Amino acid sequence: MSLDLILRIGTKLILPFILMFALYVQFHGDYGPGGGFQAGVIAAGMVILIAITFGMSAAKRVAPQAVVERMVPLGVLVFAGTGVVGLLLGKNFLDYSVLGHDPVHAREWGILLVELGVLITVSGTMTALFYAFVERGR
Amino acid sequence: MALLTLLAVATIAIVRQRSLFGVVILAGIYSFLMASLLIALDAVDVAMTEASVGAGISTVLLLATLHLVKATEMRPIHANWVPLLVALVVGGILVWGTISLPPFGVADTAVHQHVAPYYLSRSIPETGVPNVVTSVLADYRGYDTLGETTVIFTAGIGVMLLLRGMRRRDDNDRGDAA
Repeated sequence: MSLDLILRIGTKLILPFILMFALYVQFHGDYGPGGGFQAGVIAAGMVILIAITFGMSAAKRVAPQAVVERMVPLGVLVFAGTGVVGLLLGKNFLDYSVLGHDPVHAREWGILLVELGVLITVSGTMTALFYAFVERGR
Repeated sequence: MALLTLLAVATIAIVRQRSLFGVVILAGIYSFLMASLLIALDAVDVAMTEASVGAGISTVLLLATLHLVKATEMRPIHANWVPLLVALVVGGILVWGTISLPPFGVADTAVHQHVAPYYLSRSIPETGVPNVVTSVLADYRGYDTLGETTVIFTAGIGVMLLLRGMRRRDDNDRGDAA
């Protein structure tokens, strides 16, 4: 317990920066390298680091299992729903130009929404898979 | 070239290694080498994916799998000449295929003449997104990315059902025995 003090404090110190980096990768994906896939994996990595250092109960306080498992289909729904909005407003599936007044701006919004869907599904799936493996091992 | 040599060394080490823990760690090293190689080729987005997915999450999930199964690989029961033959033939065909590829990095090949100039010139005026990789991934080829997301969704649901379903059956068996 006392021997892993450095590990625990060190983990606590870098956790917010990992989440910050995940969000940076997500929302800076329009300007630099990155996007939903990478950000989702980094965010899931943060939860897994909590689980490894502080135990599963601490990880489940941060990311409850029910929430994580619902995120898996939710992201796909956000992605497909963005496409269906275009369909309902008289354009093609996944045509984002209907999402705003100015088509260029609207497509930027569409990309943001779609990447959000990817982030939700990827981070949810990776965390849920880790939970499933750990519980199976008990 | 040094990276490629290290990749080959890592591959041979993975094949020769019997301890599965060692294999998982070497596979992580392989992914990091691959990510460095992709950075050297200026493919930062792919390198980032390789580093986070290949070296990060895959290693964690494989270690979690090792937690469930035995950690040493068994000796093969019979000599597997057929897989070796298949691997050699397929590898030979792939190498033969690379001979007719255009020289590396030449700008006037077919792949750089078709849609790539369109994406490069229209990305900012049409979508306002400076990173062309993102605009192709999420906008021009959004349908493909939706498919990728669905694949992750399906795979995740499948693995979760498999692991959970097995546990429930175990519980039932234990209940019957008692």
